[in-house]
Amino acid sequence: MAHVDPSAPLEGRPSKETERKLKRESRTQIVSFVFMIFITSTAFLTIASDAIPTGFAIPFILLLAAVQVVMQLYYFMHMNGKGTGWVNAMIWSGLFVAAMTVAALMLLIGIVKY
Amino acid sequence: MANSSPAKKSVLWDWLTTVDHKKIGIMYFLAGLFFFAVAGLEAILMRIQLMFPEMSFLGEQTYNELLTMHGTTMLFLAAMPLFFGFMNFVVPLQIGARDVAFPFINSLGFWLFLFGGIILNVSWFTGGAPDAAWTSYVPLSSDSPGHGVDYYVMGLQVSGAGTLMSGINFLVTIVNMRAPGMSMMRMPLFTWSTFVTSMLILFAFPALTVGLLLLMLDRIFGGAFFDVAMGGNVVIWQHLFWIFGHPEVYILILPAFGIFSEVISTFAKKRLFGYSAMVFATLIIGFLGFMVWAHHMFTVGMGPVANAIFAVATMAIAVPTGIKIFNWLLTLWGGRIRFTVANLFALAFIPSFVMGGVTGVMLATSAANYQFHDTYFVVAHFHYVIIGGSVFGIFAGTFYWWPKMFGYRLSEAWGKWFFWLFLIGFHMTFFVQHFLGLMGMPRRVASYLDGQNLNDLNFISTMGAFFMGTAFILLVINVLISRKNTENTDDPWDGRTLEWATTSPVQEYNFAQTPLVRDLDALFYEKMNGDGRMKAAEPLGDIHMPNGSILPIFIALGLSIASFGVIYYSWPVIIGGLVVTFFTMMLRSVIEDHGYNIPVSEITGEKGEDK
Amino acid sequence: MADNQVVEPQVLPPNPEKATLEGRNKFLGFWFFLGGETVLFGSLFGTYLGLRTSTEGGPGPSELFHLDLVFIMTMILLTSSLTSVFAIINMKRGNFNKLLIWMWATVALGVAFLSFEIYEFYDYYFNYGLGFTVSAFASSFYTLVGTHGAHVAFGVGWITTLLIRYRKAGITLANAPKFYTAVLYWHFIDVVWVFIFTVVYLLGAGG
Repeated sequence: MAHVDPSAPLEGRPSKETERKLKRESRTQIVSFVFMIFITSTAFLTIASDAIPTGFAIPFILLLAAVQVVMQLYYFMHMNGKGTGWVNAMIWSGLFVAAMTVAALMLLIGIVKY
Repeated sequence: MANSSPAKKSVLWDWLTTVDHKKIGIMYFLAGLFFFAVAGLEAILMRIQLMFPEMSFLGEQTYNELLTMHGTTMLFLAAMPLFFGFMNFVVPLQIGARDVAFPFINSLGFWLFLFGGIILNVSWFTGGAPDAAWTSYVPLSSDSPGHGVDYYVMGLQVSGAGTLMSGINFLVTIVNMRAPGMSMMRMPLFTWSTFVTSMLILFAFPALTVGLLLLMLDRIFGGAFFDVAMGGNVVIWQHLFWIFGHPEVYILILPAFGIFSEVISTFAKKRLFGYSAMVFATLIIGFLGFMVWAHHMFTVGMGPVANAIFAVATMAIAVPTGIKIFNWLLTLWGGRIRFTVANLFALAFIPSFVMGGVTGVMLATSAANYQFHDTYFVVAHFHYVIIGGSVFGIFAGTFYWWPKMFGYRLSEAWGKWFFWLFLIGFHMTFFVQHFLGLMGMPRRVASYLDGQNLNDLNFISTMGAFFMGTAFILLVINVLISRKNTENTDDPWDGRTLEWATTSPVQEYNFAQTPLVRDLDALFYEKMNGDGRMKAAEPLGDIHMPNGSILPIFIALGLSIASFGVIYYSWPVIIGGLVVTFFTMMLRSVIEDHGYNIPVSEITGEKGEDK
Repeated sequence: MADNQVVEPQVLPPNPEKATLEGRNKFLGFWFFLGGETVLFGSLFGTYLGLRTSTEGGPGPSELFHLDLVFIMTMILLTSSLTSVFAIINMKRGNFNKLLIWMWATVALGVAFLSFEIYEFYDYYFNYGLGFTVSAFASSFYTLVGTHGAHVAFGVGWITTLLIRYRKAGITLANAPKFYTAVLYWHFIDVVWVFIFTVVYLLGAGG
């Protein structure tokens, strides 16, 4: 069994294929970054503008937030990569429990009876 | 990097610095047993106070403190650590791993638990233990005078952090470290229940962390979360507590289900009936555990629709639990049953737990719940599920795995006395409490009046508690006198799973060669279809092991110092403690420690000695 | 570290953070931890949403929140997410110096974000009289946003420690998972902030 020294610097360059993949990846990430900037600005403008009624603005910015979070998770944090089944399971379970907690603390604290 | 075994260390230093999952498991187990005895003693003191009407054996304040500490200690410092002991010791062996995924964090988790437990119990000596019950409802807890509840908050915060780390460690160990051939659907049921339990820990404990944080901010830093005069809301605490608290009770019962599955299948000499149904039932129970927390709050006033939804969801849990009960019964059906102590506990569990389940469905009926709420009926119900389920599971596991953990077998004769005494005492104590509750006796009250027909049943209940206390002493004696039973400890029960393929006591590296798993019940498959020994999945080679470390104790110590700083509101102490913790964490990050290798020669040498 | 064993030269694998079992364990364990953190922040968000109208006559969201400041903070944190992404791409390319540069950029943006947040709290406290103990809204606001800020501060400290420790080490099998998990943590901080600026600031200012 060969002994590997984990503290030794890794040598060499990545393969052509990896290089190509990384190039593609960084392009995707710049595009998604620009898109995130765009939807963030949209959300701020929606609230800042007096022309847009609140009844539309609130669900709209919540939707934009959800889109942006999904983009962060899947493009920046690579939850769409290979071997991320368990990661997806745990993050979505966490989001599920968190959503129920938020719903309970908004609705069921005895102020309005349901 | 060091490639040779470290020099021999003193025994104490070895245990303080160990990152070996087996030693950590034993420490969890022994610490849990100690706290179990302490909390049991607290219960007996309370039962003496309730033996006769209007007794003055304990003051009311002391009674409240005992009540709080009994519940808190039993759940956080006794039952969970005892299960963690088994999980740490057994799960890596059952999946054919040499170690857990994060040995350092495993050790840190243990020390955080222990220091949290110590913080909590120091309160006895510094002017009064917490007195707002284990649920610590606000405003009772936020307005409780003295420092008792502060100890509750900080003790649970520290030990809770440890529990969360252990949970993540088990999850990653089970996902990443399984031996070749050990697919998820070949894992023993105890490993499966550890997996689901760890998921519950991962998602439930953060809610407690936040609840405790808010309570700390309110009590010590002047926050207004629960202060109605400042716009606060007291129901928020109940939600946060039960979003944690309900999964917590499944954290306590699922490992016991796992143990019973192992024990019943081994002692019926049959493969577990309906393995995949058992796995899915465990998963469904875990999922439903997060959907039903508000059934603890039916009388809060959430409204009829909310109550109805949570009532129906609660009753739904009876379905997967029923699946499990029937599968255990069908495993026993036609089996060659051996009535060992471990199996006796498993057999006694089935009817006892079903009784607790039936009262659970009664309590879930939200309209009737208004009548049962806060009476001894509730006390009877949860003791039937926690003792009849979790504690019986712990005792079954103790007798089942003791030879593997400690290298000797507990006496079956003494064990049977222990079992019968405990079983009779348990039913005597708690069966009558159903009727006390229906007759209107409120829980958590230090006394009751004469002439209300409560005298006889309370007296019987206290006698039962003495039986259980005596039984526990028999267990301790058994542990001490059985030390000579060291023969036939490798595989004393004709085991089915991988932990019985190792030597007792288990080698530091568990398996000289990683085993190749060919079917469910891996060892029993080899006994039937092979030569009775596990096939190796790799050639014999050097084994890489992690080095021990003293740093976990310092991280836990720093947090404990900071906790005392919070309790007595002293910024220098808080900052000093946090500096110790963060500096030690930084050391851990900066010092690269790649462990050491055990050379082949040493492994074959040791192997030669054993066989 | 005397070592008489032959050490093979290590060639850069496509995913150095997941090339060893330790790395894979760290990767998975850290993700699971983030799953737990989701519930932690969910509980804090729930508490805030339950109490956000309880200003008890004290200052409330609509008079406090300045969207221009929050917009700048959001852009800073979003950009720091991109710089940390570049750091990881350079790690996979084997370009250690660029990894360091992009990580330092991330730290700098994190410090900038924290400075704005401290200024913001200072402003609320001294110019608007929003003390922690003023109302249930104030307590829950400071706790939610402050817990996020504490996470940013911890992240800055963590990444700085890694950068100083490994300033000359090159990419190794031991430090690749450390950088990778630190970056995951950083993205998570950004994810939480997306909810904070939407739910706390935008809903507070406009809703």
